[in-house]
Amino acid sequence: MARPAERGRRGNGLFVLACLLPALVLFVVFMIVPTVNVFRMSFYTWSGFSPDMRFVGLENFTRLLDDEQFVRAFQNTVALLVVVTVVTMGMALFLAAIMTRQKLRGRSLYRFILYVPSVLSVVVIAAVFSALYDQENGLINGTLQALSLDGLRQIWLGDQQLVLWSVAIAMVWQSLGYYMVLYMSGMSSIPESLYEASALDGASAGRQFFAITLPLIWQNLRTTLTFFVMSAVNLSFVLVRAMTGGGPDGSSEVLLSYMYKQAYTNSSYGYGMAIGVVIFAFSFLVSLLVSRATRREPLQF
Amino acid sequence: MTKTLRAGRALTYVLVTAIALAIAVPVGWVLLASMKQKGEFYGSPWTLPEGLHLQNYVDAFVTARMGQYFFTSVLVTVLGLVFVIAVSVPAAYVIARYEFRGRGLVEVALLAGLFVNVNYIVVPIFLMLVGWDRALVDVFPGGFFIDNPGVLSLVYAATSIPFTIYLLAAYFRSIPADYEEAAALDGASRFQVMTRVMLPMARPALTTVILFNFLAYWNDFIIALTLLPGEGKTLQVGLLNLMTAQKAAADYGRLYAGMVIVIVPVLIFYAFIQRRLIEGMASGGVKG
Repeated sequence: MARPAERGRRGNGLFVLACLLPALVLFVVFMIVPTVNVFRMSFYTWSGFSPDMRFVGLENFTRLLDDEQFVRAFQNTVALLVVVTVVTMGMALFLAAIMTRQKLRGRSLYRFILYVPSVLSVVVIAAVFSALYDQENGLINGTLQALSLDGLRQIWLGDQQLVLWSVAIAMVWQSLGYYMVLYMSGMSSIPESLYEASALDGASAGRQFFAITLPLIWQNLRTTLTFFVMSAVNLSFVLVRAMTGGGPDGSSEVLLSYMYKQAYTNSSYGYGMAIGVVIFAFSFLVSLLVSRATRREPLQF
Repeated sequence: MTKTLRAGRALTYVLVTAIALAIAVPVGWVLLASMKQKGEFYGSPWTLPEGLHLQNYVDAFVTARMGQYFFTSVLVTVLGLVFVIAVSVPAAYVIARYEFRGRGLVEVALLAGLFVNVNYIVVPIFLMLVGWDRALVDVFPGGFFIDNPGVLSLVYAATSIPFTIYLLAAYFRSIPADYEEAAALDGASRFQVMTRVMLPMARPALTTVILFNFLAYWNDFIIALTLLPGEGKTLQVGLLNLMTAQKAAADYGRLYAGMVIVIVPVLIFYAFIQRRLIEGMASGGVKG
């Protein structure tokens, strides 16, 4: 096969360069340089708008350890990650299996509806959930009152014990359909004959799920889990930013929202970027752990 | 056996329907509530609006300036798409088809870029642009880089380059080289081979990246919030402002109307492209 590269080397370099350069310039200026800057700035104290930038080494990081608000934001992030991942993935796998195996009537309508939150913006989702959770006129409290269940009414976003769960529900609501559709496309390529054979052996639907479906989409699941960690860290931030502002009293603060606060509200850019480095390291580590923990021999069908 | 099977099936329907309702009801409720008058927000949330109170929409569009923000959103989204396609198609093409020094490095860097989310780097981007503005204060006394929709779309384009190139390059690799060779024999230049032969063949991949990037740009809120701090806002940032203002004033009609203005165009768009969107996901458009 004569590759285009062998057609005449003269001038190829120029053509390649002309094609690559615009993309590379944009990529380097707006992604690589800022990424490097996150790490660089974490060693400085800097209020942003003054030229006074002082190198402090690891001081920002040691300060983090004694920062109760940071520790709390870290705990909240981990709690949200664990709960939201387990619930979303579990439900998405279950629903996807039902939808592909049982040939439900109206399947495409269900799929259409369940995917809707994935096309909505996080601000819209925050706005919808603020309306649902509204203390006086919200859909949830209003419904409880209409059903004479006044005792169950809650201040969903104003209660320190509840607010994180309220955010978690919104996160599951947002991502469930996306992962369901993703798993559905993986599951629909599993040959029907495998299920027929196991049905003849008397395997129940539940047993088929664990013995056939799950092992065969395992690689798919691994990849999505790695991505899910990062997208959940981001989603929690944007939701918290728009819905609770981290409140009440820091009880729904997550890592990225705390970084944002330190940078813009507190003008401690260096300190904020140290938090950024911690988030980088944390999500990278979690992704690595997930990838290690879920390693299996790839199966084929 | 058949009895339990039927019971199981019924249970499945109940379950799936319940979940679908949990998604549809809040959205539908917002649509309904957007037509309520101020007094109707007290009492049960399940009451239907007494009439089609469209004044909320007028208020949201004009007074809350959602109409103006709408056009800012359209502008930055379209510009962002133009930028990202213009720079990514040639880059993806040469990465897929040409041997050159440093190709491995470029590929690894782009792959690593897939894992850098813009939420982590928005602060340094902001400070960098502020710095540029300060350096050029003699040329542009009012500032140029901050509060510039064009710069915002450039940042959108830049941050989606890794994903876009990744997807396009994979597709270009799957197209047989025979087409290019035939075109080259007919005397087409390298540039013509790329734009006249390969680009039209890559339409499915191009559609996928446009759809996913469209949703990402249109729905973005953190970058727009940071880079457009002035009067000109995007729809998402405008909605956030509306949320804060209307809650403080306990006046919900305008807020619900604002939400509908943001939701409905995306829903219409989604209704039209859902098949392609889902195919795109299956073909590797996985994006966190």
